[in-house]
Parts: sequence; structure tokens; C-alpha cells
Amino acid sequence: MSTVIMLSLILMTLALCLAFVRLFIGPSLPDRVVALELFSSMIVGIVGVVAIATDVPSLLDVAIVMALMAFMAAIGFARFLERGGPRDD
Amino acid sequence: MIEALKAGLILVGAIFMFLAALGLVRLPDLLTRMHATTKAATLGATLIMLAVALHFGEVAVVARALGVIIFIMMTAPVAAHVIGRAGYFVGAKLWHGTVKDELRPHYDPLTHELKSGMEPDDDARVRGPGDDASG
Repeated sequence: MSTVIMLSLILMTLALCLAFVRLFIGPSLPDRVVALELFSSMIVGIVGVVAIATDVPSLLDVAIVMALMAFMAAIGFARFLERGGPRDD
Repeated sequence: MIEALKAGLILVGAIFMFLAALGLVRLPDLLTRMHATTKAATLGATLIMLAVALHFGEVAVVARALGVIIFIMMTAPVAAHVIGRAGYFVGAKLWHGTVKDELRPHYDPLTHELKSGMEPDDDARVRGPGDDASG
């Protein structure tokens, strides 16, 4: 079991690094927002795996808050983009 | 049995998340990147939360895990739709190999107006239905 947890944590950390690459180079702001969305989904997964590894069920509350905040951030960024009009980044 | 199921769920969830990140880096434009991340990351988080529910097996924890799953499943499509819409409005470039963009002929990016292509022509709109009845 610990092997599986270690392997999945490594996989998800690699995935975080890849998402950070897109966050860094992403040619436009919507690309970066998509990368941030993916960040939050992966943090929910990592928190779940850590909750299993440490046997602390309270960590699930962190996952809930992460999911909630990611949704709010996505909506906020989208409103900002639509109000802002054409942009060049 | 439950151990094996848990291990499988965690591994498959992690692999799906990795695939989502890989798609985010490799795919060519905004909409295809969202196609990769939204679905695969949602499925990955769902599988890992199922593993959490199996691991603890208490009512409170299972309810919270299912709550996370339902919340993610409900909000991920909404967020993806909103970001995709904003990206199209902002003018995110589509991949050069895109076969069809059905919105382009109907959408005016300056006025934000959408035409269906089935409106009555201009003089019919100027005359209006009331004039027909009187004349």
C-alpha cells in the first residue's frame, strides 16, 4: 500500500510540474486559468491520498475548500476576461 | 480485497491526473487543452475520493467524500464552459488544423451579437408586421 501511495504521489507531483510548465509558458491568460483549474483538481487528489496515508479524515475538509475556491476563481477570472475586452498577452 | 481495490483506484486516479497534465502541455490550443484537463482531472479526483471513502468506511467521511465528488462533477463543466466562452471572446487562436468553427460566421466579436442566419431581411424588419395589417 505504501508503494502505491508513493507512486501515485510521485505521478501527481510530476503532473503538477507539467501544469506549472503550462502556467509559465501559456501563451494567453485563459490557458493559465485552465492550468490553475488543473492545479486545484490535482491538489484535491493529493490531499485525498495524504488523508489515506496519514489516516486523518479531517483533511477532507481541505479538499472541499480547495474545490470550492477553484470554482470561484474560475468564475471570477472568466468574468474578468469577458469584461476586459480584447487583450494582448 | 478492499486493499487491492483501494490501491487500484488510487493508481488509476493518479494516472488520469498525469494524463490530464500531459494533455495540458502537449495539446495545441485552448479548447483542446480544456478537453484534456476538465474530463481527465475530474475523473482522477473522483477515483481518489472513492478510494478515500473505501479506506475510512465511516458514514461521516464517506458522506464528505461523496460530497466532494458531486461538487467536482457539478462545477467542473460549468467552470470549463465559462472559461471556454471567455477564451473565445478574448480571441484565443484555434489550432491551424481546426476543421470547423461553427460560431465564427454567426458571431460578431465587436458587438458581441450572435446571428442565427435565419433573421428576416432588412426591409421586412423595417416595415414590420403592424404595417402589413394596416395596408
